[in-house]
Amino acid sequence: MISLVIADRCTGCQVCVRVCPTNVFDAVRGGPPVIARQQDCQTCFLCELYCQPDALYVDPDCETPAAVSAEEVERSGQRGRYRRDSGWDEWAGDPRYANEHWRMDQIFARARALS
Amino acid sequence: MPNIQGSTTPPIAELPPIAADVLVIGGGLSGTWAALAAAQAGARVVLADKGYCGASGVAATSGPGHWWVPPDPDARAEAIRQRMAIAGGIADPAWMERILDITWTTLPTIADVYDFSTDEAGTVQYRGLRGPEYLRAMRRKIHRLGVRILDQSPALELLADSDGTIVGARGLRRQRGEAWTVRAGAVILATGGCAFKSRLLGSHTNTGDGHLMAAEAGVDFSGMEFSTYHTVAPAHSTMTRSMSFAFATYYDGEGREIAVPPGDTTRTLARAMLDGPVLCSLHRMPADIRERLRRVQPNMMLPFDRGGADPFTQRFPVLLRPEGTIRGSGGIRLADDDCGTAADGLFVVGDAATREPVAGAVSGGGAILAAWALSSGVIAGRAAAARAARQGRRTDTAARPLGQAGLRPARHAAAVDPRAVTAAVQAEMLPYDKTIFRRGPALARSLSRLEGVWNDLRDHLDGEGAATAGETVQARESAALTAVARWCTRAALVRPESRGMHLRVDAPASHPALARRLTVGGLDRLWSRFEGPAPQPLEHPVVPQAGAA
Repeated sequence: MISLVIADRCTGCQVCVRVCPTNVFDAVRGGPPVIARQQDCQTCFLCELYCQPDALYVDPDCETPAAVSAEEVERSGQRGRYRRDSGWDEWAGDPRYANEHWRMDQIFARARALS
Repeated sequence: MPNIQGSTTPPIAELPPIAADVLVIGGGLSGTWAALAAAQAGARVVLADKGYCGASGVAATSGPGHWWVPPDPDARAEAIRQRMAIAGGIADPAWMERILDITWTTLPTIADVYDFSTDEAGTVQYRGLRGPEYLRAMRRKIHRLGVRILDQSPALELLADSDGTIVGARGLRRQRGEAWTVRAGAVILATGGCAFKSRLLGSHTNTGDGHLMAAEAGVDFSGMEFSTYHTVAPAHSTMTRSMSFAFATYYDGEGREIAVPPGDTTRTLARAMLDGPVLCSLHRMPADIRERLRRVQPNMMLPFDRGGADPFTQRFPVLLRPEGTIRGSGGIRLADDDCGTAADGLFVVGDAATREPVAGAVSGGGAILAAWALSSGVIAGRAAAARAARQGRRTDTAARPLGQAGLRPARHAAAVDPRAVTAAVQAEMLPYDKTIFRRGPALARSLSRLEGVWNDLRDHLDGEGAATAGETVQARESAALTAVARWCTRAALVRPESRGMHLRVDAPASHPALARRLTVGGLDRLWSRFEGPAPQPLEHPVVPQAGAA
């Protein structure tokens, strides 16, 4: 469930307000958006993917809201990691984050061979 | 709003109607393919999405790997033969052939917006795409072609002229408190399946809105009993990415390994989960695959990386997320080969439609469903554009809004809590013992409870009178969830046998006479009938009284 809008990272671009499929954010003029409807969050993590300043944190628990601080997220190394692992924006073209989704068939075949 | 009668929406500002050739409702995989095909055929297209076209729908969070067979007649025939062998006698090889062909020729045409990978040998890999990138690319593609995209704009109801022809739709721009109306020569429903808000990844907006709108236009459904597919996920998470679980080992609460017979994972795990916790370990995944897992599926490890267990060395609790009709195969019945429905002017694509022609009584899995989403979108997009070119936009005819339950109470408005409605529906549609292991008497009790929920909301739930756009949408969604639950349950009740994913514990065998599709329909009075020219196999099915007709 969406847990944090990290205010000192947020540029106020409101992209998350626009892209959230379940409309959990409310825009705030000249400032970070607010999480207005946390219970509507579908824990799809897509807002993080679209947040270039990496100012959002989605906790993987989709049932219970998590109490997590910006400091804890920073220490965990998870801030912005999904966007980086996906090779979006400034990470595009970096071979460490290449899109290898096409290997899915091979991986399923390996699993069948092992069982 | 000169053309809309009976609309009373005090707090919402009505926007001037938008005229289009084709209106697409829903901006996921099938909706964007439909919009693309219609625009390429020269139509002026408007696409309305409840959320954001690019992030909405179950494909945007997953990794669609299309059914992908080269145009070699023997290879195609063999692929179709394999699917027909498991489809329970209700699939159609001609439809399979058609979607294999359309997928093969069409998917590479988005190479200008999607960066297809190449393998070590330098061969371009078209088959499997990452969901977020795929939908982002589809948005770019249709935007370039001039499709007008309305984001955060849930559709509430269809509009019909005096003949019952569908001539548009009406909905809300929920972030602005405005109501939109689109008048169009054809309308395509691309609203997805319905998973009853089970927390299946990406499915929260898939509440069956299109099903309810279609039923109000007189359209019926097929295969709604095939709505029991489930996908495993780490407990408390939405992460229904199944690939890694191909390496899973499962344990019961005592730490004993659970033997999983091939092809029977869901029922085996569900039985164990009804008895107690089930734990999982991914220690059998080879090291090289672990190393590249985030490059294949960047979201798969999020529940583990963010405070969870190390899935390769520790056991973690898992559950099964119900997919309802999403990776089920039932949906809005197709009336012709153009993805038209029983309502003139209304088309249906993707998971909102029945997938029985291509999947039968089993799940199409990701591959066939992605090929279906693409192909049905292409087919309906072209047909809708051709219809609009032939018949015009018909914007000058009077239109009446068709929305009923959840929007306009049949009797007096009274307090009905949409959250309580949703919870009551979930109580019948999510427990494994009611859906995976179906029994006639339990289905009849479920249907009876759902009838009570429906009657109450139909009579009293006043979505239009709600204080905010969000509450209006929530009210309408709760009505749609209830409607879809009733059709699924009715279908499960009147198919007194087991076939494909539909398991009746009280009738475990399949009957050859029932190898035919089952149509259900109706809003206030449900009805059902088996397709086919022969006498109905069960003129008087043993159906306990459930309050339904």
